[in-house]
Amino acid sequence: MSTASIQFAQFAPALPEIFVLVMVSLILVIDAAVDDSKRYLAYVLSLVTLAGAAYLTAHDLSAMPVLALGGLFIDDPLSDVLKLFLYLTVAVVLVYSRDYLTERGLYKGEFFVLALFALLGMMVMVSASHFLTLYLGLELLSLSLYARVALQRDSSVATEAAMKYFVLGALASGMLLYGMSMVYGVTGSLALGDMAIALQDGTDLRIPLVFGVVFIVAGLAFKLGAVPFHMWVPDVYHGAPTAMTLFIGSAPKIAAFAFVVRILGQGLESQVTEWRDMLVILAVLSMAVGNIAAIAQSNLKRMLAYSTISHMGFMLLGILAGSQNGYGSAMFYVLVYALMSLGSFGMILLLSRAGFESDQLEDFRGLNRRSPWLAFLMLLLMFSMAGVPPTVGFYAKLAVLQSVVEIGYVWLAVAAVLFSLVGAFYYLRIVKLMYFDTPHDTTPITISPDIRVIMSANGLAVLAVGILPQPLMAVCMHAIGASF
Amino acid sequence: MFGQSILSLVIWVPILAGVAVLATGSDRNAALARWVALAGALLGLIVALPLVSDFNTATSSMQFVEKAAWIPAFNVHYHLGVDGISMPLILLNSFITVLVVIAGWQVIQDKVAQYMAAFLIMSGLINGVFAALDGILFYVFFEGMLIPLYLIVGVWGGPNRVYAAFKFFLYTLLGSLLMLVSMIYLYFQSGGSFDIQTWHATALGMTAQTLMFFAFLLAFGVKVPMWPVHTWLPDAHVEAPTGGSVVLAAITLKVGAYGFLRFILPILPDASHEFAWFVIMLSLIAVAYIGLVALVQADMKKLIAYSSIAHMGFVTLGFFMFNPMGVEGGLVQMISHGFVSAALFLCIGVMYDRLHSRQIKDYGGLVNKMPVFAAFFMLFAMANAGLPATSGFVGEFMVIMAAVKVNFWFAFVAATTLIFGAAYTLWMYKRVVFGSVTNPHVEDMRDVNAREILLLGVLAVCVLAMGLYPRPFTDVMHVSVVDLLAHVAQSKLP
Repeated sequence: MSTASIQFAQFAPALPEIFVLVMVSLILVIDAAVDDSKRYLAYVLSLVTLAGAAYLTAHDLSAMPVLALGGLFIDDPLSDVLKLFLYLTVAVVLVYSRDYLTERGLYKGEFFVLALFALLGMMVMVSASHFLTLYLGLELLSLSLYARVALQRDSSVATEAAMKYFVLGALASGMLLYGMSMVYGVTGSLALGDMAIALQDGTDLRIPLVFGVVFIVAGLAFKLGAVPFHMWVPDVYHGAPTAMTLFIGSAPKIAAFAFVVRILGQGLESQVTEWRDMLVILAVLSMAVGNIAAIAQSNLKRMLAYSTISHMGFMLLGILAGSQNGYGSAMFYVLVYALMSLGSFGMILLLSRAGFESDQLEDFRGLNRRSPWLAFLMLLLMFSMAGVPPTVGFYAKLAVLQSVVEIGYVWLAVAAVLFSLVGAFYYLRIVKLMYFDTPHDTTPITISPDIRVIMSANGLAVLAVGILPQPLMAVCMHAIGASF
Repeated sequence: MFGQSILSLVIWVPILAGVAVLATGSDRNAALARWVALAGALLGLIVALPLVSDFNTATSSMQFVEKAAWIPAFNVHYHLGVDGISMPLILLNSFITVLVVIAGWQVIQDKVAQYMAAFLIMSGLINGVFAALDGILFYVFFEGMLIPLYLIVGVWGGPNRVYAAFKFFLYTLLGSLLMLVSMIYLYFQSGGSFDIQTWHATALGMTAQTLMFFAFLLAFGVKVPMWPVHTWLPDAHVEAPTGGSVVLAAITLKVGAYGFLRFILPILPDASHEFAWFVIMLSLIAVAYIGLVALVQADMKKLIAYSSIAHMGFVTLGFFMFNPMGVEGGLVQMISHGFVSAALFLCIGVMYDRLHSRQIKDYGGLVNKMPVFAAFFMLFAMANAGLPATSGFVGEFMVIMAAVKVNFWFAFVAATTLIFGAAYTLWMYKRVVFGSVTNPHVEDMRDVNAREILLLGVLAVCVLAMGLYPRPFTDVMHVSVVDLLAHVAQSKLP
């Protein structure tokens, strides 16, 4: 066997990442060389990249965790599954955004390049087994997102949102790094696996360890947007162009889930009693503040931002259970959330047109008269967000609640359902606006046929997975079971 | 060919028919939508008929059972089955659905397909509630039916419909979410099962039973509705279209009462005995106090809504007497109330369609213009007041008899309904139908047409048949009820 092939085998698990990186670089060059009439090239190439990466990932599904690149990188069922969902999510985002961006003159190569760089960052986060790669992935994602929010240069709201996002994001990264350095001091390792082994039998450096865990959890909470570290979420969601909000609100949540589970569930598994209590507080506060503040919003993007906060609180319930069931249910929750979030932000994009952002609640008034089909899809999405069966949102909540009751936190489950009752109110209000009221705005809705098809699939998936939740549930449970 | 899956058909035929109706599209095809809906509703009733003809009244075990794995990750099954308690309710629901479709035939002119589809889908979901033997499956149907009902009240309702729809949805959601947590708790207590019959045998401590008792009581009490969580019902009724009121009164209230028999009594027998006084007290307040509230209503729909609450008080009272007479009386009362309240709301609908008012004061002297209608209305009013030979009498009489056995004063208070019920119903009847015509618009009112005679006639036959010969109904229930009570008598404390 030649040396070259051995080296290649070392890199094989990271093949999808390498492929995406090569393609991004290609798109960057090609896009710089073509004129405005051929902008669609970047769009097509981006979709090709996603399809190719999906093929590479699906082609080499691992049944067992494989460590690569000297323990920096891990290829396990969890990362494979999450990556496949990331490709899908990003692809849907690109399709939904196309018309919106064209109408606003943002249909440029940068958009796609930044999207793919963000994707690459997320892929690295999902596959990281080392603090260094985790941080590397996170920063690649974050920097791409800051730039994306600011892409609409002449919009002062967007620039402000980007600034806020950047400053607070940098602060969070700092906290995270500080916490990581503490943990490194205690365990002497940056690799998650070695860390877990070092902490297995306890340590006499408890105070620095707990100190480090506090900072790590705070940093994670910032990235997730959990209360009290949520301040940036409404402003960024509101201020960013809707196509960027759609992106920020969907795929990065999946990556953030992997990030949290890798650090807390794999690296700091033995410290579960320490971080569980912190997560309980974060979860309860997020559900409370997110749901209550959402009621007061008249801007749909802002309302959905607060709703995201509450959903992240719900997802934390699954993680804080600290069991395989818990992680599995949180994974199910986050995938379902990404699906619903794609649909609802996608709907705002679809109803927007040149010079008109359909992001006020009022803009959905009487949608049932203007387009019964879109109203029906939005109805499904809203009931799913509220967790009403037979939509899939219900099973996500059920799974999470079950893992919380399993560890004996019945009161927490009761609190969670009471806050979701509060949440039901504002989702119902959207349904009310669409169905009970008459429209002010009767401009016909024009949507490209392919976007319409994908939107329909998106909305109906919420119902279909709700009626038959087993396959997705089994995938999640298997991915977690085989990776832990 | 479908012998093994009658219950699935009973659930899915109306739902698929609803989807088919939706597929007819806009109001340009309204006539088509109506006919498809009628065909779907009739088909739904026809597939439910084998439940009666093939029902074995000698056994209390579940019949027509279907079981398949649905979500193995949670050990949730698609598990259906009926006994003597649930079978009559499924039939009642399938039957009422047909009437509702016919009742909305001319009245609903706006978004016809969506209206009919909402009712058909809801009908299928409600059948699912009565047939489900798996906790999560039950919950899915139980909550799922809120969606069409929310739309029905909110889209086709009256001026204050938005308030009513929200109130109704959030009230019922509050109860059911706490029930969901209880169900998850039961899952772990029973060793990882969502099977309702397994829960019936699961040992539970008194604290757990008490907490779950109140969670379930809230979930089902809101649906029944019991005093003091009844306030959504008058609002929802007043604002709902006629069909919505009929389904609300005749069917959805029964879902709550059914929950008492399927969940609270058998799963939490010790807490049920411990807190029987509490439920009995609430029931008696509903019977006596709400009866008085009904007396002063100026709006006919509101009056019947309050009368429904009083009648449902009888149902819960009967259940907590813990003897066969009381439980069967409660069940008979449920079926009877299904017929009578449906008929009364249809009567009000008939008047409303002509005069567009539900206020008692706008009417008077109706008998001069609508003699046939007045005769029907008379019969149903009498049945509502509990006149012997109508179905209303049987259930009330059985519950009062059962109550006398337990405590004279329970029976005494409950019996006041015979006075109040007669008072508010007949007084309303008198003001609406008799006297001279004072409102000039009443002069122009035409008597019931063939479609309305058909609706009211069918219900009149049901009311009289059940009043004169209730035996077939009690026969179906008897074995299941006796078995249930034997189960409830056993303590489940570990």
